[in-house]
Amino acid sequence: MSLLSWGMYPKVTNTVFKFNSEERLKEIISEYNDLIPYGNGRSYGDSALSSNIINVKPKDYFIDFDEEQGLLHVQAGVLLSEILEAYVPRGWFLKVTPGTKLITVGGAIASDVHGKNHHVEGCFSECVKEFEIMLADGEVVTCSKETTPDLFRATCGGQGLTGVILEAKIYLKKINSQYIDQTTIKTKNLKETFAAFEEYQDKPYSVAWIDCLAKDKEIGKCLLMVGDFRDDGKLDYRLKPQKSIPFNFPSFALNNWSVRTFNWLYYGKAKEGVSKQRVDIDTFFYPLDAIGHWNRIYGKNGLTQYQFILPKETSYEGLEEILTAISKSGKGSFLAVLKLYGKANNNWLSFPIEGYSLALDFKIEKGLFELLDQLDEIVVKHKGRIYLTKDVRVSKETFEQGYPHIEKFRQYRKANKMDSKFQSYQSKRVGI
Amino acid sequence: MSYVLIIGAKSDIAKACAREYAKHGYDLCLAARNVNELSEFAQDVTTRTQKSVKLLELDILDYKSHQGFYDSIEEKPLGVISAVGYLGEQEKAQSDFEEAKRIMDTNYTGVVSLFNIIADDFEKRRSGFIVGISSVAGDRGRKSNYIYGSAKAALSAYLSGLRNRLYDAQVHVLTVKPGFVATKMTEDMDLPEKLTAQPDEVASDIFNAQQKGKNVLYTKWIWRWVMLIICSIPEFQFKKMSI
Repeated sequence: MSLLSWGMYPKVTNTVFKFNSEERLKEIISEYNDLIPYGNGRSYGDSALSSNIINVKPKDYFIDFDEEQGLLHVQAGVLLSEILEAYVPRGWFLKVTPGTKLITVGGAIASDVHGKNHHVEGCFSECVKEFEIMLADGEVVTCSKETTPDLFRATCGGQGLTGVILEAKIYLKKINSQYIDQTTIKTKNLKETFAAFEEYQDKPYSVAWIDCLAKDKEIGKCLLMVGDFRDDGKLDYRLKPQKSIPFNFPSFALNNWSVRTFNWLYYGKAKEGVSKQRVDIDTFFYPLDAIGHWNRIYGKNGLTQYQFILPKETSYEGLEEILTAISKSGKGSFLAVLKLYGKANNNWLSFPIEGYSLALDFKIEKGLFELLDQLDEIVVKHKGRIYLTKDVRVSKETFEQGYPHIEKFRQYRKANKMDSKFQSYQSKRVGI
Repeated sequence: MSYVLIIGAKSDIAKACAREYAKHGYDLCLAARNVNELSEFAQDVTTRTQKSVKLLELDILDYKSHQGFYDSIEEKPLGVISAVGYLGEQEKAQSDFEEAKRIMDTNYTGVVSLFNIIADDFEKRRSGFIVGISSVAGDRGRKSNYIYGSAKAALSAYLSGLRNRLYDAQVHVLTVKPGFVATKMTEDMDLPEKLTAQPDEVASDIFNAQQKGKNVLYTKWIWRWVMLIICSIPEFQFKKMSI
């Protein structure tokens, strides 16, 4: 059976390889080309798709936990949700987690994922002590920032294009509650939104939900949610059973009107000004994980997420321009997530830079890619970049302008013969 | 120590059951042939749950060893789960009796040999639970896997009788009938997504059914209805079909 990505677009067929030993994986790598490692299939676009896929998900053993250092050693196919299930009750949490817990540790490294605390803790690679990776020649290397800095910089954020991550040692952080004190700030426009982000910068977790169908003076109005863990000793965390969307919705279900209604309800239910709530880990960090297969809401043609980031200096102007363009197009998005990021790291393809990022989900439909091309121009004009993990269509030119280290990455792949073994549809499109 | 004994522990369903029971606070004993191949898995369960996992060597086809195997366990388990199973190759088994015998012995004879011993002990102690993983394939013989199916049918009948016998001793017996499950056993088959369970779903169903004292569990649940339909097709019609 072929594997697709979370966006269910493109519809492709592929050969899926599993391996139960390093020897077998070595054989696969020496025998085939156009290989790409695949975890839990949560990247949106074609970054983990190719004609030959290496399924790493079955490698899901926990190996060891060092309580002193909070250092967890796992195989690459372990899901973040499994780590939470095992360790939150013992008072540990992920140092860095994205908005879904249903990704593998290997995938978290390959996308160098980030979360609501990027401005404090940085990307996932910050909590990675070391990992084991099988390279193009079948050699297994233990890689860390100190011992093999180039391999580390290429692999963290490198979209699986340097080899197959087998195991990783990651640091967890101590928590004393599975509850978060959340403050919600309702703003009326983009200016207020930016001011609120600045004002609450010292909060370790922050993210804003933007109504991107708002018009004129209301453009950029948002609910900013900030918070931190409580200290009440309540650690009774259990994975909740998921409600699942059983089939693809008809593609007309999601239209300008339904999104507008949803946004109106969501925005309307929040109190004016500043309000406070106590919420649990799943509500605060992973609201969408409660609904299995939520991608089916977008219909059988699938969806894509457009996520870009702009440097702080150009963020206001750029976001205003982009939100105006989206609002005009009438193409709706349930999810428009805005966040202020901290400093960039040294990894060659990691997405975050200091500035504001916006992520929008769109269903695949006629006219969408034209709109996104138009948004690309605005992003490039304001010196921004596109997030590869979400992308399925960006052009080589747009991509290159956003990532100044791309030549180093290309040279490194070439020098280590990775480019002749590991390729995704995305890597071919953007020429990496 | 309140531990659960899992036999046929190398199967994907057994491993999922091990994680599920450990998650709910049970220590474990895993028994299988060449059981040292499970040492990394045992470490996995312990790292996840802080529960102890012991490994025991057991050859389900070496019937003579079973009494000794069970006697050698000092503290007796709280309950036992058998995930022993061998699908085999139907076509080969039709002409090669060795293959047919292996299918029958693994799925039926071996389990009976060991369960007889454990049932006696549980009956005497008037406590314990027994979970036998059979299959929907045992509900009606079909040309594509009737040798495997017949062994599972025998196992289902055995478990039903055992449940009846042990009722007075308050020892509960659960018969599990999985439909399609995405495991090593079915790796090469093209299974319909909606009817196929993941091993961890099966394990969670087993845990809940065992805790609630259910008698027969179909997993996914829809298989109860699928099999009801399949079993109600008249034989004169069924014999012409290819399902």
